[in-house]
Amino acid sequence: MNFTEHPAFVFPFVVGMLFIFIYLPVIYVTWLRKNSLADFKTILRSIFTTNTLKAVREIFSECLLHRRIFRYNIRLGYMHMSLAFGWFLLIVVGKIETMVFTHDGFNPPYLPVFFKYFYPSGIPDTFKGRFFLMIMDLLLILVLSGLFLAFLKRFRSRVLGMKRTTKHIFPDRIALTFLWFIFPLRWFAESVTAGIAGSGGFFTLGSGRALASFLPLEDLLLPSWWAYSIVLGGFFFALPFSRYMHIFTEVVLIFLKYWNLATPERQNAYADFEINACSRCGICTNVCQLSADAGITHSQAVYFLRDLRYGTPERPVLENCFLCGRCSQACPVEIGIDQLRIAGRKRMMNAIAPAAEMRPVVSANGEKVDVLYFAGCMSHLTPGIIDATREILTRAGIRFSVLDDREEVCCGRPARQAGFADQARSIIARTTALINRSGASLLLVTCPICYKVFNEEYDLPIPVEHHTVFLNRLMTERPSLFRKSSLRMSYHDPCDLGRGSGIYEQPRSIIRRTGVLVSAAHEREDALCCGGSLANLAITPRQRTLVTDSAYQMLTAGNPDYVVTSCPLCKKTFAAGKREIPVADIAEIARMMLQPEEILHPEKAGEAELESEGQEICQ
Amino acid sequence: MNGKNDKWGFHTEKSNLITLDSNDRSLVNILAEQVPSLNSCFFCGSCGATCTASDDGMNFRLVHLLLRRGELQTVNKIIRSCLLCGKCTLVCPRNVDTRAVIYNLKILIHELH
Repeated sequence: MNFTEHPAFVFPFVVGMLFIFIYLPVIYVTWLRKNSLADFKTILRSIFTTNTLKAVREIFSECLLHRRIFRYNIRLGYMHMSLAFGWFLLIVVGKIETMVFTHDGFNPPYLPVFFKYFYPSGIPDTFKGRFFLMIMDLLLILVLSGLFLAFLKRFRSRVLGMKRTTKHIFPDRIALTFLWFIFPLRWFAESVTAGIAGSGGFFTLGSGRALASFLPLEDLLLPSWWAYSIVLGGFFFALPFSRYMHIFTEVVLIFLKYWNLATPERQNAYADFEINACSRCGICTNVCQLSADAGITHSQAVYFLRDLRYGTPERPVLENCFLCGRCSQACPVEIGIDQLRIAGRKRMMNAIAPAAEMRPVVSANGEKVDVLYFAGCMSHLTPGIIDATREILTRAGIRFSVLDDREEVCCGRPARQAGFADQARSIIARTTALINRSGASLLLVTCPICYKVFNEEYDLPIPVEHHTVFLNRLMTERPSLFRKSSLRMSYHDPCDLGRGSGIYEQPRSIIRRTGVLVSAAHEREDALCCGGSLANLAITPRQRTLVTDSAYQMLTAGNPDYVVTSCPLCKKTFAAGKREIPVADIAEIARMMLQPEEILHPEKAGEAELESEGQEICQ
Repeated sequence: MNGKNDKWGFHTEKSNLITLDSNDRSLVNILAEQVPSLNSCFFCGSCGATCTASDDGMNFRLVHLLLRRGELQTVNKIIRSCLLCGKCTLVCPRNVDTRAVIYNLKILIHELH
């Protein structure tokens, strides 16, 4: 049959395809209308730059090849790549095949899809014809092998590096069923056709001859192509309402990302594209400590984004999260999950917690200082950190004052993380006024929670430094002030300092200068959360302990002398149990490694007692 | 002294008049369902002692006590100054998730209104 006769079975496919090509632009324009004029200007400024080319490159490597998933697990990466890239090539190479054959780029859109029905032997008796027959069969094998792995993942997820797979909702199941049938049915239909014609590609002809031995192929020819067309059309209709919406949405998202649309508040179209670009691959549930250690399996990023997409997430989903950032780090689509979650909490809380009335700022100390030290609530619960920082600053001869000496200032981040945005803003305004009055040239912070919010939410005239950065610089500039020991230390990256602020190297450098760094199983971007995070509003104390113990075990596996961290909350959380290996803040380590006064200044010898190595520094 | 209290004699502020018969004391039970650890509180006051907002009248122990007495108006006033910093939770010797109590309390009181 010639394709110009337009057989009836192409109808389901054509209708599905038309639906997708009308529905998607409409919905994308609806989202884009949420952008402000400024957002569109931002896009316009970036659209004619090399950023657009970079976006195309990332679309190729992430939407088709799935490079980031390959890095996570090679079999899982192959599964995603073979389905996405294999299908893409089937479409592209199929189209080229028809163009070579008909010498017409404007042949009907269904022709590449049902090409074998019209021309079972391909382009007859030419090298080109045999080439396309072989390459199309190879691509079909590529997709089918990915499909086999996808099938395997449902039942033996660990083979693909997944501890568990995502729990599906109804639209996902419908779309998934259609998707699973598309390529086996294509294979079947092409085999039947090749079996009848007695010619075809090596794969489909082989299977066609096998089928011919026990099936009446002539009777199956039209029904098999009908079935293939129906599942294709069905998949297209289910696509926008299921997780497969990510296929097209991720492409747009990557463009928007490179056109600098991503704002921290996600108040424009970017959030909609992010939410719909989630493929529910489940990698986030796999890295989440809540599911791994505490048995909490309802609130992971994938379920939060899903609920956000179809409505409003319930409180248990919104609240049960450390905001540790492990899921954002692992997400192959790079969705800003934590920001979306804080925004979700904010929407729920805005009415509940209005701006607080803050006491007016009383006059700050008039004494002129270089460094203003902000300890924060959590450092006040671990006074060893404040003492150590004070001693180091004094020994280094730096003029400083402590902003929250009377413990009455807050950085505002705990309230912000809980969604109390207005209250957080009033706290931030008051603390900003306090800092501005001091006249110092540097704000020193010993808490990563404060550090992150100072960097992101404050508008300060002076630079902010976390004490890991500060101490590392001090050690570079004044190496004689410190000594090296043989203490073995493992380092715990606090979430807000590592993934949250990108500071990984300085604390490690301090440890190498003062002792020996013992590596741990999860480090840097992959570091575990201590379990103490204030961001989780729903976890029970018992579940917290499970997460903490598991992280502590990982950190002490190398049997170090100290577990070192640079966050008072992490320290407090780890130190809460009965611990054989003590937990110390990096400031306490640095103080311990201060060169004794009598070595630095022999003329003053005898004034200070030599500090013994390995003293008990945990209070 | 000035204003309405400058008359001679003693007076009792409304919120200090505890009428257990008419006060709504159910809220604390709902809270204890949401945060079961609340029931282990033995009113030691560590939470109040460490509170960053104590100068503004915040005190978890007091909030808990007032809740048990059903004095919601005073509670509502006090918890406004809570910064949710979580220090009270970390110092609690009974592992009461005090921060979660205040957080849920804010939502509950909002839902009541």
